[in-house]
Amino acid sequence: MGVLVKEAIDVPPKGGFNFDLCRRNEMLLKKGVQAPSFRKTGTTIVGLVFQDGVILGADTRATEGPIVCDKNCEKIHYMAPNIYCCGAGTAADTEAVTDMVSSQLQLHRYATGRESRVVTALTLLKSHLFSYQGYVSAALVLGGVDVTGPHLHTIYPHGSTDTLPFATMGSGSLAAMAIFESKYREGLSREEGIRLVCEAICSGIFNDLGSGSNVDVCVITKGHKDYLRNHMLPNPRTYVSSKGYSFAKGQTEVLSTKIMPLREKVELGRDV
Amino acid sequence: MASKQHANWSPYDNNGGTCVAIAGSDYCVIAADTRMSTGYSILTREYSKICKLADKSVMASSGFQADVKALQKNLAARHLIYQHQHNKQMSCPAMAQLLSNTLYYKRFFPYYAFNVLGGLDSEGKGCVFTYDAVGSYERVGYSAQGSGSTLIMPVLDNQLKSPSPLLLPAKDAVTPLSEMEAVDLVKDVFASATERDIYTGDRVEIVIVNAGGIRREYTDLRKD
Repeated sequence: MGVLVKEAIDVPPKGGFNFDLCRRNEMLLKKGVQAPSFRKTGTTIVGLVFQDGVILGADTRATEGPIVCDKNCEKIHYMAPNIYCCGAGTAADTEAVTDMVSSQLQLHRYATGRESRVVTALTLLKSHLFSYQGYVSAALVLGGVDVTGPHLHTIYPHGSTDTLPFATMGSGSLAAMAIFESKYREGLSREEGIRLVCEAICSGIFNDLGSGSNVDVCVITKGHKDYLRNHMLPNPRTYVSSKGYSFAKGQTEVLSTKIMPLREKVELGRDV
Repeated sequence: MASKQHANWSPYDNNGGTCVAIAGSDYCVIAADTRMSTGYSILTREYSKICKLADKSVMASSGFQADVKALQKNLAARHLIYQHQHNKQMSCPAMAQLLSNTLYYKRFFPYYAFNVLGGLDSEGKGCVFTYDAVGSYERVGYSAQGSGSTLIMPVLDNQLKSPSPLLLPAKDAVTPLSEMEAVDLVKDVFASATERDIYTGDRVEIVIVNAGGIRREYTDLRKD
């Protein structure tokens, strides 16, 4: 009977994260073991509402600390044919959470027979992030056009949301917001909107070290979307050596050679 | 058991940047990017990390620029005193030792400066000295310091393959490359480091020291 009681106490709590390994991690850190770093998208992401819908913009740099690990990654994620979502924060988290909600929306479309609404995606995302108490480090700019009109929302890692006419997130958000606050007005045309989004992202690219490389833009209007991947490439490589590099055999010093045959090689006599 | 309370304030900051120096048979190339940053922000795109200490000695330093500025002032003052006492300029190897001693003097509150010293020795051959933050130094054929150093050193190792000064019999540490080829390599290596290091970029300042004197060149780099 003592064994049964012990088992009942040992049942792990349901849902959310299991923090049992945190003590082990602390002990490892004290012993000098370095935790593995994760890839964050330093990032500038923006969104604005214009006269015919919404425009989303993002830079394309992914960083691992001070090193650029991807010079041209995609930060504007597909949610539904009429809804796209920009993601800042931990790259794995933004990918996973947008993929998950995108499939949930598709199943919902099959069940209801209707076009997805932005507020549906919003509610699914915010309740998921809230239940993980901020440990899923995803800061999102969600935009789309549905039957109720154009919508633009920001979602924070802890699960709070805002509904705004223009929004920026990521380490370059201040640089981009400076541009928006100075030049945004209601009722922008498509060209003006795209130009303003590009300007805001470029401000992030050049003034924030966590953002860089190219500008991606996504224009969503009623019944139509334009995913403009690499709409602007303001950072070409500045210098290419005309001399070039040769890696001839013998340039790298061979210290020792060991040949291990993996399969027995059989020599056939020339009898045939 | 409560762990020790650690200070929330640090006297140091890292302003980023990368420095490179390559020694040739009769020249020395010293280069550094001109970006000064703090955290994720850029302070300025046009800051020179290179300082001429003597006629044939040029130092490039990355790290905490306030400490670098103080170090440069200190060395300039000591060089002036030397000139008054000896009626001649300090040679590059002499300046190298002075820098090492100056850094070790502050062993217990170091200058947060990662230095490379380049110039011509008394025979007119190129020399490069590389340092750590507390003054350990070595004469080498080439070196890179700063945030992009880990990206640049392997490329220089592959292209210049200078023998270690510890080998016997003593082999010439200088590279057989011509001055133009060395400058081309420096530009390419900085362009590559800029692609992958967020703290390196804007412009690279290249200083070439040879028998004719000191020459300066600039090349643009990615500004993102």
